[in-house]
Amino acid sequence: MADLSSASIPPVGPDDHVRGMGEEGLIVYADLGCPRCAGAWQRLNERPGRLVFRHFPVKSKHPRSPALHAAAEAAGLQGRFFEMADSLYADRGRTDDPHLWERAERFGLDLDRFQADRRAERTEARIRRDFQSGIRAGVAGTPAVFDACTLVAVREREF
Amino acid sequence: MIAVGEPAPDFTLRNQDGEEVSLADFKGRKVLLVFYPLDFSPVCSDQLSIYQEVKPEISEKGVELIGISIDSAYAHKAFQEKLGIDTTLLSDFEPKGEVARAYGSYIDGAGIANRTLVLVDEEGKVAWTHESPNPGEFPGANVIFDALS
Repeated sequence: MADLSSASIPPVGPDDHVRGMGEEGLIVYADLGCPRCAGAWQRLNERPGRLVFRHFPVKSKHPRSPALHAAAEAAGLQGRFFEMADSLYADRGRTDDPHLWERAERFGLDLDRFQADRRAERTEARIRRDFQSGIRAGVAGTPAVFDACTLVAVREREF
Repeated sequence: MIAVGEPAPDFTLRNQDGEEVSLADFKGRKVLLVFYPLDFSPVCSDQLSIYQEVKPEISEKGVELIGISIDSAYAHKAFQEKLGIDTTLLSDFEPKGEVARAYGSYIDGAGIANRTLVLVDEEGKVAWTHESPNPGEFPGANVIFDALS
């Protein structure tokens, strides 16, 4: 049984999805099906320093999210994680399977491998690991942005 | 806010399908009551969506998750369908907020419950509570698992 009690977010590890150089930067827990994340994505990428992406798909709110995260993870196994994430956020109206295949071909991915990887149990487990680390850190909506281990950005709403 | 150790006030409310549900129905099991302000509001939507994602883990702890707000059963049904959740939602509709008042969660003047978690143990006593500082904030699911660990 997974331990979901409170814990700081894990330090950046070798299999994290990292864009940019350096030790300083932001860690974002984001949902690839979330319009608010899409809106924030460009601004996050314009900041100097490192950006670490962690999966936080909320299936009940965005039913296609698990498939999108699996596609990004599978693309990442062929070195194209951020190309897939950028494309999914930039074109939110085209997220059905044929659209994912078209992206995979455009990014030069081995399509058979992409298909197998995005449906693999290890891919689901990898995504779930990020999600659970976000839950343990108190992520209560996306995007949730951390500077080191401190949550620095949340949305303010009345209720 | 109701105090830990007190008997949890019993209630009978209608769920999203119009069926009567009583706290006493859950005697012998743990129940987590999630009082929230309003169906369809942004924060409530996020809260119930996130809790839905960890509902299997909450169930593994032997806990039944139940949402309660002042909305009607019809609104609950539509809200449940919109969010794609299967969490039971109870309607504290008439007398308005009576159950929330009994648990000390109702905000007089606002006409809604504050965002409050109440864990009821197998014997029907309050085992743990959490009240948000304001309705705009909700506790992450980690807080629930801290209480259950």
